[in-house]
Amino acid sequence: MSSTASPGSVTAGSITALRGDPHHLGHSRDGHGESRATGRGIGGPAPKRIVVAYGFWIFILSDIVMFASFFAAYAVLQGGIADGPTGPEIFDLTNTALETGLLLLSSFACGMASLALGARRMLYFQVAMAVTFLLGAGFVALEVMEFADLVGRGLVPSRSAFLSSFFTLVGCHGLHVTIGLLWLLTMMAQVLTKGFRPDIVRRTLCFALFWHALDIVWVGVFSIVYLMGSIT
Amino acid sequence: MLGKLTLEAIPLHQPIPLIAGAVVAAVVLGVVAWIVLAGHLPYLWREWITSVDHKRVGVMYCLLALVMLIRGFSDAILMRSQHVFAYKAAGYLPPEHYDQIFSAHGVIIIFFGAMPFMIGLMNFAVPLQLGVRDVAFPTLNSVSFWLTASGALLVNASLIVGEFARTGWWPAPPLSEITYSPGVGVDYYLWAIQISGVGTLMTGINFVTTILKMRAPGMSYLRMPMFCWTALAASLLIVAAFPILTATLAMLSLDRYLGFHFFTDSHGGNSMMFMNLFWAWGHPEVYILALPAYGVFSEVISTFSGKPLFAYRSMVLATMSICLLSFTVWLHHFFTMGPGGDVNGVFAITSMIIAVPTGVKIFDWLFTMYGGRVRLTSAMLWSLGFMVTFVVGGATGVLLAIPPADFVLHNSMFLVAHFHNVMVSAVLFAAFAGYTYWFPKAFGFRLDEGWGKAAFWFGITGFVIVFGAFYWLGLLGMTRRMQHYDVADWRPWILVSAFGVVVMVAGVACTLIQLVVSIRRREELRDVTGDPWDGRSLEWATASPPPVFNFAALPEVHGEEAYWAIKSRAREQLRLREEPDYAPIEMPLNSATGFICAFFATLIGFAMIWYIWWLAAAGLVGAFLTFVVFAWRDKVEYEIPASEVARINRANRATRLEALQGVGQRRAA
Repeated sequence: MSSTASPGSVTAGSITALRGDPHHLGHSRDGHGESRATGRGIGGPAPKRIVVAYGFWIFILSDIVMFASFFAAYAVLQGGIADGPTGPEIFDLTNTALETGLLLLSSFACGMASLALGARRMLYFQVAMAVTFLLGAGFVALEVMEFADLVGRGLVPSRSAFLSSFFTLVGCHGLHVTIGLLWLLTMMAQVLTKGFRPDIVRRTLCFALFWHALDIVWVGVFSIVYLMGSIT
Repeated sequence: MLGKLTLEAIPLHQPIPLIAGAVVAAVVLGVVAWIVLAGHLPYLWREWITSVDHKRVGVMYCLLALVMLIRGFSDAILMRSQHVFAYKAAGYLPPEHYDQIFSAHGVIIIFFGAMPFMIGLMNFAVPLQLGVRDVAFPTLNSVSFWLTASGALLVNASLIVGEFARTGWWPAPPLSEITYSPGVGVDYYLWAIQISGVGTLMTGINFVTTILKMRAPGMSYLRMPMFCWTALAASLLIVAAFPILTATLAMLSLDRYLGFHFFTDSHGGNSMMFMNLFWAWGHPEVYILALPAYGVFSEVISTFSGKPLFAYRSMVLATMSICLLSFTVWLHHFFTMGPGGDVNGVFAITSMIIAVPTGVKIFDWLFTMYGGRVRLTSAMLWSLGFMVTFVVGGATGVLLAIPPADFVLHNSMFLVAHFHNVMVSAVLFAAFAGYTYWFPKAFGFRLDEGWGKAAFWFGITGFVIVFGAFYWLGLLGMTRRMQHYDVADWRPWILVSAFGVVVMVAGVACTLIQLVVSIRRREELRDVTGDPWDGRSLEWATASPPPVFNFAALPEVHGEEAYWAIKSRAREQLRLREEPDYAPIEMPLNSATGFICAFFATLIGFAMIWYIWWLAAAGLVGAFLTFVVFAWRDKVEYEIPASEVARINRANRATRLEALQGVGQRRAA
């Protein structure tokens, strides 16, 4: 047997550390969200903040599997240009660089918001979130303009399989960012009206995870679609 | 205003779907009317519809699954009876209707029968076995269930409004593209599966988190009951595989709705990509269904053999190996579609390898029974029946894994016999074994054993006759999905399989009678102690039905078979565990979020199917607002006072003490 565990095996120090948490995350007596636990079979169920973050990580992994499917479809159909253009003929790397810059900066701002959240500073938090929103919205605007430009030139998804998979992969990421923006506004409003309540803090941290994950997916998009697509 | 939806959508000129639809609608409306008129609605709303209790959600999943299994079975009856009449004749089902029936049969059985049943059992049993109060995300769990129900509703709505897909249970393009399937059938399929798929994905996330992060003190990984391990493996597969299905069906939707060219085979599109993507989900899906089934058998066989599971660790290893290997075999679903000999060879070998851990499991179960005091209850009969018939199904599977053999047998009735052989004997038998095994835990009384055994014998006899005949028909060269035929050699075996269906109908009837009889005789069948089968894992350590908080104090686990250890000590010392210090317990409040969300999801699905764009947009806004309202709640938990906890636990302790004194008296005598 791997361990002869009991709640007693949690060191006194770690309990004090948790008790010392001024915001009492995940503390609610013995019931749902009991703390003092590592979540590895010692001391019972993990505290709620760990459970929530862990569950959201699993969701992000599943979301990345979905993106992987769209990436795979793009890789397969990249050459299926029919009578349409190839990637290098339509990609505007300056625009992509701008988009990348905006999204990475918005991730930085989001990190600032998480710090402000940890420090329970309302003004800093709201400002950082607002900056995150503006940068993210700028990214979406650039992408919409890129798409509108392509469509205006008759390069619509129904033109070729390559364009279908391009619009779907990049658009799916853009849709995620748009949903993220909606979520961001909701969290700003929630923190403003309800303050740094544990459940709202947990939710905001999940939003931050989501936002950073979209950054990672974008790194994949610009490397595989735009950069590799521009090498001929 | 209403998109493509007109009165034409109602099949007034087709008597069979019209009558079937009318009967289903009448039954549903009748039940709803009875509930409202008899004043049960407030109770139902409070205790079930808005409940976030994992036990209630689990029971609702199983109920949905039972109803949908009967619905799917009625499609099977239609197909078998069609073949009785369709020898050198057209039969009574026109081809376009017959195609819808075999498509609906597969979709309903897999997505709305088998999956909800396994997920329902997981929901009910896993938190109890782990010794905790609920799953990680109780409200999300309720959302998952209602989204599944929403998908089931959409599939059944296609009976009355419009049509269902004629493309089989996997809608292979280019047939499923808008050019060749211009109707709404494939759209019904797409939206029903997408909506219920979101629910399934959320279940997977919920259970991975629950099992990895929420266990009773001392319950390390290698002390978890086998069913928890298999639930973990199935949930991991859901998390890793369902997003592929979501993406694939999204691509097909884009093809159909916006003229994209993912799978069109024109403009650079590639329909083989659909095959690869679909089966990259599809084969793990087989194990999403089968692994929890193996878990149920492990629990049942161990309990009714009165022994710990033989070679528990090898079973864990086998489970997790299957979990990984299931992602390496997808290509055997289309050996004949041109991958080439070398690629086929690789996937033939992986497909044979995956039979090895399954073989390990069979031996583990056999050795669990060896030397045990085996009690042949109906749950145990289902498990034994599984072991015998499943080995045959597995062997034909290994046969089909050999590409040259597959070239001969693919798309034949032999293949149909193979996958029914494995899926029915694993998943369906496990569903009935689990249903019988955990029913007393859920409702506080056992199911009638006599009718249960009758259901088993009719069920397995009919099953062997039907699919035995199918194997033979396949070897005689009959291909699947034929609406009519004119080969005289097939005729006797088709009649044999139709007879088998009649026997299976008797089995289904016995199952339904069993439920009615058991409810009427519930006082005799009462489980007073909470441990009706002399069980070994923690769900039997609490009352039947368990209180909403499951355990008055979280149990301390000191080894494998947590409850068996507690019980053995109690039997030795002839006294119960020390009474715990009772503390107030906080439980999550009920929430209508799941139900309302599913309502909007149904609207979105229906609107998209019929091109009613404004309704789809309204549904999206509604769903978002539902989540915001949920997120704005201030009170999320309620407290059960310590005195109430103590009262409930003491009542259970009293009956257990009585049972223990009975043991003591027998020992003294």
